[in-house]
Amino acid sequence: MRRLFGPLLILSVILFAAAPVLIAQAPYEQTMGLIQKIFYFHVPAAMMMMLSSFICGIWSAIFLLRKKPEADRIAVAGGEMVVVFGLIVLVTGPLWARIAWGVWWVWDVRLTSALLLWMIFCGYLLVRKYGGPGADKLGAAMAIFGMANVPFVYISVDIWRTMHPKTTVVTTLGEGMAIPFWFCVFAFLVMYALLFTARVHLEEQRARVEQLFLEAGDL
Amino acid sequence: MVPVLTRVIRRSWRWSAAAAGGLLLTAASVLAQPPAGAAPDGFVPISQLPPAHRMPAAPLLIAAYAFVWVALLVYLWTIWRRLGRVEGELKQLEKQ
Repeated sequence: MRRLFGPLLILSVILFAAAPVLIAQAPYEQTMGLIQKIFYFHVPAAMMMMLSSFICGIWSAIFLLRKKPEADRIAVAGGEMVVVFGLIVLVTGPLWARIAWGVWWVWDVRLTSALLLWMIFCGYLLVRKYGGPGADKLGAAMAIFGMANVPFVYISVDIWRTMHPKTTVVTTLGEGMAIPFWFCVFAFLVMYALLFTARVHLEEQRARVEQLFLEAGDL
Repeated sequence: MVPVLTRVIRRSWRWSAAAAGGLLLTAASVLAQPPAGAAPDGFVPISQLPPAHRMPAAPLLIAAYAFVWVALLVYLWTIWRRLGRVEGELKQLEKQ
């Protein structure tokens, strides 16, 4: 797994360096103008947050059902990355909203549910760190609950009246905007793969240290 | 006695920092609301706003992109730092 770090890091740097060039060449959105270009980083970050929620939730369920410690290690890595990408979404969103809506934040269903999702996974990490014995199982249950929240966050804009753009925005993008957008999604995916492999590797090394401590204690 | 005291101080500091962070987050979202009665009756496109009410978009756009870069790099750096520490421990244990 460690062999992947170098190529993924180089590819990430290249993609993230090229992304602003493509974004700058993309056409301006009619009503929002320049600020709409936050879209190219905001939406892929939200996609990674949702992907990570699913990774954390699914591996937590596997851990609960099959009691596999490897599954728990993947879930912890996924849970931490929900918080990182969620933070990016929750910071870039208000910066966009300040110009587009005139306010930093509204208690809109999409914004509130995304904030709740982020807070559930912040809670997950706190439980894992300070929960003591049994925190792994309690955390896993929280992660499944967090994952169940994701479809609600996604479809909220299509069900309720909201200021946030609907999910159809992505599928109806013109070619000028679609190319830089999917390029950014790919760049975020590569970055996600890099961070995820590094984070899982860290959990594996921690498990090895714990194992050696236990073996030393038995001697 | 001293290590116990240090641990208690460290723990209480962490909890205080977490509580302060939570309070700041809540306060920030409450303060970010527009004052009551200031909301317009309907949607007003940016192009129709008086110049005094318009905010330049470029600084916020640059701030957003800079934040993404910094957040990802800082996170990568924290993983590397933690990994270095754990691998150091691992080497020490394997020697023993």
